[in-house]
Amino acid sequence: MIHKLTHKIQLLGLVGLSVIVISSCEREVSDEAVLATFPNTAEVYTDNPVGLTDEFFISIDPLEGANPEAFNTDDSEAYLGTSSIIINVPAPNNPDGNFVGGIFRDRGDGRDLTGYDALTFWAKGSVNGTLSNVGFGNDFIEDKFPAARQGVQLTTDWRKYVVPIPDPSKLVQERGLFFFTAGGFDIIDNEPNGNEVAWTFWLDEIRFEKLGTLGQERPNIFNAQDISLETFNGATIQTTGISYTVNSSNGQDITVQPSTNYFTFESSNPSVATISDSGEISVLTDGESRITAKIGNLDARGSLSLNSVGDFVSAPNPTLPEEDVLSIYSDFYSIYPGLNVGAFNNDGIEIEAQTFNGNELIEYQNLNFVGIGWNGVIDASTFTHIHLDVQRISPESTFTVEILDYGPDEIDNGFNDGSAGGFNATSQLITDEWVGLDIPLNAFTQSTGGGGSGNPNVDNLGNIILVSNSGTFLIDNIYFYTE
Amino acid sequence: MIISISIQNNDKIKPMKKIIYVSAFSLFMICFISCDLDETQEVVTKNNLVWADEFDQDGAPNPENWSFDIGDGTEQGIPGWGNNELQYYTGRPENAKVENGVLVITARQETFQGNNYTSARLTTRGLFEKEYGRFEARIKVPFGQGYWPAFWLLGVPRTINVDGEEVLEEWPAVGEIDIMEYLGDEPTTVFGTLHGPGFSGAESISKDFNLENDRFDSNFHVFGIEWSPNRVNYYVDDVLYHSLTPEDVDEETDGEGEWVFNNRPFYIILNVAIGGNLPGNPTSETIFPQSMVVDYVRVYE
Repeated sequence: MIHKLTHKIQLLGLVGLSVIVISSCEREVSDEAVLATFPNTAEVYTDNPVGLTDEFFISIDPLEGANPEAFNTDDSEAYLGTSSIIINVPAPNNPDGNFVGGIFRDRGDGRDLTGYDALTFWAKGSVNGTLSNVGFGNDFIEDKFPAARQGVQLTTDWRKYVVPIPDPSKLVQERGLFFFTAGGFDIIDNEPNGNEVAWTFWLDEIRFEKLGTLGQERPNIFNAQDISLETFNGATIQTTGISYTVNSSNGQDITVQPSTNYFTFESSNPSVATISDSGEISVLTDGESRITAKIGNLDARGSLSLNSVGDFVSAPNPTLPEEDVLSIYSDFYSIYPGLNVGAFNNDGIEIEAQTFNGNELIEYQNLNFVGIGWNGVIDASTFTHIHLDVQRISPESTFTVEILDYGPDEIDNGFNDGSAGGFNATSQLITDEWVGLDIPLNAFTQSTGGGGSGNPNVDNLGNIILVSNSGTFLIDNIYFYTE
Repeated sequence: MIISISIQNNDKIKPMKKIIYVSAFSLFMICFISCDLDETQEVVTKNNLVWADEFDQDGAPNPENWSFDIGDGTEQGIPGWGNNELQYYTGRPENAKVENGVLVITARQETFQGNNYTSARLTTRGLFEKEYGRFEARIKVPFGQGYWPAFWLLGVPRTINVDGEEVLEEWPAVGEIDIMEYLGDEPTTVFGTLHGPGFSGAESISKDFNLENDRFDSNFHVFGIEWSPNRVNYYVDDVLYHSLTPEDVDEETDGEGEWVFNNRPFYIILNVAIGGNLPGNPTSETIFPQSMVVDYVRVYE
């Protein structure tokens, strides 16, 4: 979740600009002015593209791995009429790119979609493969109002799919009419680990509709949970866990990931904390504030009740040169790819990234166990130590660090070839102060909660696991190094 | 009295078979409408208001109009009200109250008297009982698997002589007219049903009504019947979707069913059941609490 955060913040920079432009326009509108209106054409693709740009399909940048050759039309297959769109999803080893993704953009200045409540399309797959994303609102220019369903599994017969529009009143001039991404079909597991195969799917009858049968609209922030957070002055906290759920006519819920631009955010006490249009919370002074949000007039489920207890001292800056470390998490080193600060964890844990003066840390609340992960495995056999900076917030809480080695098969599948060990660091911690733990890699001698017997190998490390008794901790600067 | 209660509640057992019945029946309906209803047919013809509760007085439902059925059916000899329903009906304001011009019947997920859900069931039994007329209510319903709200009528049992003993008639001899039933996992569908001797529970005569561009949990809709000698017409808003006569009962039951809807007063029931045979039990996705909101109940001659 946090990993995605960085991405979101980048996107939101653009968004912030566009919002400013809009509000400055509003000030100039006089009583006599008539707002320009845009065509409300519903169809996106029937037997031909409808009102789309000449290139029709605009691929995600091939430099990011997208395969621009995967897209075509098919006159031998159609749900309705004579033609459909065919997507040949590449296998992971395809030299032209290992996934397909892109958009259809309006060829004009955009469409007025305020009269519709959903994007609908028909699709079928050669197998029951999955669309990683499918939605609208991405135009690769402004990306003002993206909204997409994720993980939509197709079937091998034609079926209709619905992507609800979170707040149609926002879409007065929308150029991003269709957006999708898909990767290889995974017949073995659900991990993106290179064992996927190529597959094909077809799309037809893509259009916006006023269904009227969508209901029970539920915007969500913080995964619809009411979260409380102890924090510090100067912190910036991104609103996470954003989604929008509606109930469809068949009684099933549909959830889309909407842009924060659909939301209006509110701080109950702006002198303590403010929140930007993009959901970024800035903590200003000591005190309490509750962060809530709305889409239109609908209150979002979920909130953040924050309590700032004063000024914050960041963890000390690492001093080792970059070439001597392999960094998992730090603002001072480039980090190993694929960081996931919650690869697995206990129910009820709260994980928040917080930034103080440009220095991000992770706060774990109600921590029983959490796995920190990365892409593949790390060979740490050339290092002697692991470092992490820890500040215990909850007095008396225990704190154990475990490392999990996946073994030569590089898969987390138990202790036939894998191994794990733990190091209890409780006695070193000081409540409300940063402590730099420097743990020798041969010190993980204790057995682990997951069944490891201690003294693990370290040449195929898959996770660092933090274990406590529901404690609260701040974590920063995790890296391997040689003493 | 106890007999009548126990049998009243042993009713709404709906089979998988229902759909087959309905499709067969809708075919018949088409024929019926084209043969019998001319262009002057109106959805309603009875317009003389004789009884109503507009729910304009905040607080408990007006006791001159409504009483509560209490419990989980155990006391009445049918735990789960005959359908393995999960709720315990209470008379508490948490489960039924009038506020802001509407009656709110709220189902909650809470441990109460050994049950995991509470709700309410209001009836006009002994307070308002009437033969024939137009019975109509404006209602908005909750959503999600497990919710089973209903607006329905039961016949007042007569005392009959069985083997020399005076006893009250049992269900389904008393008759049941379900004006509106709805399952929370089918938010665009309601159904209207008749139960009587030879066509009760699994064999009842039912028909679905589907909204094309709306949902029953998004907006209020009007549900009603117009009941005359030898006829019950069902409508939603301004659409007549179901019309039943003794001939239909004969046809549906191969002559085994008995029309029990003449010469007998019926009373009104409003309830929200949770779980059981027909709707299935709530899932972790089902949201509690939710309410059935009733704007009014009106009866016309």
